[in-house]
Order: sequence, then structure tokens, then C-alpha cells
Amino acid sequence: MTDDIISRERVGAPGALRRRIAGLSDRALAWVFIIPTIVLLLAINIFPLIWTIRLSLTNYRANRANDELEWVGLRNYERILTNPDIWNSMQATAHFLFWTLVLQVLIGFSLAYLINKKFKGNDLWTTIIVLPMMLSPAVVGNFWTFLYQPQIGLFNYAVAFVTGIDPASFSMIGDVRLAPWSIIIVDTWMWTPFVMLICLAGLRSIPDYIYEAAEVDRASRWRQFWTITIPMVLPFLMLAVLFRGIENFKMFDLVVQLTGGGPGSITELTSINLKREAFEKWRTGYSSAYAIILFVTVFGLASIYVKALNRVKQR
Amino acid sequence: MNHSVTEPSRLQKWFAGTLVVIYALVTIMPLTWIIATGFKSPADAIAYPPKLVYEPTLEGYVNLFTTRSRATPETLAQLGPPQTWYDRIVRQYDMVISGPSRYGERFLNSVIIGFGSTFLSIFLGTLAAYAFSRFRVPLKDDLMFFILSTRMMPPIAVAIPIFLMFRQLGLSDTHLGMILLYTAVNLSLSVWLLKGFIDEIPVEYEEAALIDGYTRFQAFYKVVLPQATTGIASTAIFCLIFAWNEYAFAVLLTSGTAQTAPPFIPTIIGVGKDWPAVAAGATLFLVPVMVFTILLRKHLLRGITFGAVRK
Repeated sequence: MTDDIISRERVGAPGALRRRIAGLSDRALAWVFIIPTIVLLLAINIFPLIWTIRLSLTNYRANRANDELEWVGLRNYERILTNPDIWNSMQATAHFLFWTLVLQVLIGFSLAYLINKKFKGNDLWTTIIVLPMMLSPAVVGNFWTFLYQPQIGLFNYAVAFVTGIDPASFSMIGDVRLAPWSIIIVDTWMWTPFVMLICLAGLRSIPDYIYEAAEVDRASRWRQFWTITIPMVLPFLMLAVLFRGIENFKMFDLVVQLTGGGPGSITELTSINLKREAFEKWRTGYSSAYAIILFVTVFGLASIYVKALNRVKQR
Repeated sequence: MNHSVTEPSRLQKWFAGTLVVIYALVTIMPLTWIIATGFKSPADAIAYPPKLVYEPTLEGYVNLFTTRSRATPETLAQLGPPQTWYDRIVRQYDMVISGPSRYGERFLNSVIIGFGSTFLSIFLGTLAAYAFSRFRVPLKDDLMFFILSTRMMPPIAVAIPIFLMFRQLGLSDTHLGMILLYTAVNLSLSVWLLKGFIDEIPVEYEEAALIDGYTRFQAFYKVVLPQATTGIASTAIFCLIFAWNEYAFAVLLTSGTAQTAPPFIPTIIGVGKDWPAVAAGATLFLVPVMVFTILLRKHLLRGITFGAVRK
């Protein structure tokens, strides 16, 4: 097989350009290969980021592009950090983040633990469980508004069927107390499989001989679970939390379709709040400062978290 | 003890299996409900109690692809009997088909932008991943982290300057603009995943080829690429699914010519509360991804963790 791969006959007659590329030194070729990627990322990520920082120091409004630009220094930042609306959406985001992470970790780990019992057909059922995660959150979120309809909605009907309360008596999306839970339920439904898959990889990475040794030492199953299973899966679980945390901090599509931030602004997560400021009120300068604050927050939290993760891994 | 300590007992397996199957059945209910609603009549869709057994109809699909207008009895009489099966469905409601809906266009936009950006991000991603995998690149770790960190920005946050930039360059609401944007977003995924796949190909193959007189580029093109096909294919599917599902940029940066399906599907509902049409649109849009997910299941974990967990 190797002979076939390297047989000389398969080297075609190189054209002029081909010869020029082909003749490059390794170092030059490395840059030729990397630069297009870096350039595109600079153009579509870093340049806009710098532009956002610049805009955040002005009173620019994108719908009145001809107005004279006024530099306002850090006033936008000051106004944001003292705005109670923004603290409300930060709080809504924190509530959403906390409960989705708790539920997804608990359910995801339990499912992985059960699947790891290697019952017959576990591959098939795993694939079925994973399906919701890969689908378009906006399209699925939109359809959940139908499932959440009082009375005719499947969700209300199922709840009524199990608990016996009237399916027309509650509205998941319309009720101020239930709406925050409506988005948590859908996000948990969608993303629990993500945590499950990562935990499953963690469980499968534990070599059998560790349990066998524990058995020889007469450690109880309960003790094995807390001293072997949990510590070995922890780095995987923490990685899953990192991914979910970043994603849900940015959460937009699912919730915007599901509740649109309502009722009132009870489910208005920061991304939805930001969209409103930037693309409905057109306060471009102000919302640029808002965007920078969000980015610094997620970046800062993620960096601290990664440090903690590395410490756990090293143990 | 006659069995290994790590092999669960039959009772344990049975218990675990039952719980997982119950969870799986509950979790796919919403999906089966989408598919089922697509084949209901509008009346059946909002029936109470929710109908599990109903007479299937293609009304939802007809409504999805057409625009219809109400016709007076005289016009209907003038038109004579319906010519086709879809005419017949529409006539039940004293309506006539007045033209195609926008769903087809939006779906096609999703296909063009999805495939276009996937092709570009795989092309650029493979080159960069090969370089990061095989060459000594200065600041390699920093560059790799920089590429990953572009994924941490909330899309809405970058959307403000991109919106302004596209407006300046005339890229707003164009296929090219969306392809470039999705490529940039997907590059982090494709570089990280592909680097993992290429890392796994033994360097010895290329070294043998180099000794045999191949140039570095030929070795990459004729030795490494063919070996990386599976990795490239699964990375491509991940990029395609991401571009396919993306909503935030699409809703902010496109409105007409380049609008993809995700921002469009929720608007199908209109004033008539036509849930079967929405469900039909969602079904056609979601089913391809379900099929891909099943095909990808071996590489799924790797894809969703950017190659951090390889199993």
C-alpha cells in the first residue's frame, strides 16, 4: 500500500503555479497555508471587535449615519453599569445559566451512567437521545411555542395528564413565574445529550482494572462511585460545563423565538436585550459598549474556569 | 464470582435500559409531534385533546409552498373542476392558488450559503490545520487559541460592526456576505477538528514520500489528504449543520434575497395560525440534519467538543 502511495508515476506534470507552490520551503508553505485563515478571521472577527471598541466611545447611531460623531469617552460604559434594566437581564441570564447547567449536569450524567451499563441496543437509543441537540434552535424554539399553548399544546396536555390539573389553567410562556422555566426546560431538553455524550466518554475512559483493584480491597460500590467514578469523570464534566456555559451565556436564537424576552422583560437575556438596544433602538455606540462588557465578562469567566479545569486535570 | 466485577448484572442492565428508553421516548416526542403536525389539517392540529390518530393530509405542505387567495363562488364556478390534487385541497376552503410561496427560495438560500461556506471553511481549514499539525509555527499555541476564541463572542456583539461593514462594502443581504461570515465562524471548528484528525496520521508516510522525491506540497496533496478523507467529511458535515442552523446573523443581516430558512420558518405562521404549514416547513428543514446526525454518530462527540474529547 505504501508503495502505491509513493509511486513516482502518480506525480503529474506540474504547471508553473504548481511548481512555485511545490518548490516552497516548509516555513514558507506553512505561512501560505495559515495566512488565508488568519486574514479572514482578522477581517471578520478582530477588525469588527476593534471597530466595536471605537464605536463604544461615541454616540453613533447606525440609523442616522450622517449625524456628527461625538466622542463621549467612557460615558456609555458608565451608563450601562448603572442601568437597572441591564442588571435585570444579567440576572435573567444568571438564573437561566445556573438552572440549565444544574439540570443538564444531573440528567446528563445520570443518563451516561445508565447507558454505560451496556444494555442491549444502547447505541441506538443514544443516537435517538442525541437528535434534538443537532437541530436548529430557532426552528425548534418556534415550534415549542405551539407545544406550550394552554389546552391544545402537547406539553400542557402531558402535564395535565400526569398531574391532573386543568391544561388550560396555565401558560408556560405567558406567565411571569413560569416563563423563565419554559426556556430552561427547552434548553435542557435540547442540550442534556451534549453533557451526556461527554460524560459517557469520561466513563468509558476509566480502565476496568481500577475497579477490579478496588474490589480486591473490598471497597463498597458506593465508595467506588465516589472515589473512582466521580473524580475520573470530573474533568470531562467540567469541560461540558465550560462549553454549555459559554453557549448559554450567548443564548439568543432559541429564547428569542420561544418567548421573545417576554412576558414583559422577564426572559430578556443579555443577548436579546443587546439586540433590542442595537437593532431596534439603534443606539449603536451605547450597545457597542454593552457588547464589549459582555465579551469581557464571558472571556474573563472562561479564563478563570479553564485555570480551575487544568488544576483538576493535573491531579 | 463467575463474572467480571465491571460487567453489570442482568438486573442492572434491564433497569438501566428501561430508564434510558423511557427518556429517549419522551425526548423525541416533540420531534415526532413536529413531523405529525405537518400531516394534519389545521383543525386537527389545534384539536383538544391533542389528536394522536387522524386522517393524514398534505394540506400543510401545499400551504407551505403556495400563496392562496379567497375566491368568490362565481370565480370558482368559472374555473371548473380542480385540475390537480393540490388544487383540490385548496378548493375545499374556497381558495385558489395564486403563486408559489417564498419557502423554496429560502430553502435554496440555506443550501447555497450552507454548502458555499462549508466548502470554503474546509478548504482554508485543511490548509491551516496541516500547517499547525506538521510545521513549527511561531506562537502556534497562541494562534490556535486565538482561532478558538473567535467563537466566544456573542453573535449579536459582533453583528453591530459587521452590519456596518457589510453596508459599506455592499455585502448586506448577499449570498457572498453570508458565506464569508459563516466561513469565518466555522473556521475555528474546522481548524481545531482537522488538526486533530491530521495529527493522527503517522508522519512516516509523508517522510517516505519526501525521501522518494515528492515535494512537501505533493506529500500533503497526495499522501495526507487521501488519508484524512473521513475526518474532512465529518468536519464538513459539522460546518454544514452549523451554517444550516444559524439564526442570529441571518435574522440581522439578511432580509430578502439572501435570507435563509431559519428566520423565515417562524414567519410562515402568519395571521391564520397555520401550524401544519409551519410544521411541514420545519420537517423539511430538520430531517436532513437528523439523517446527518445518524451518519455522524461515531464522530459526534469529537465534533461538538472541537476535538477536545476524542474518545
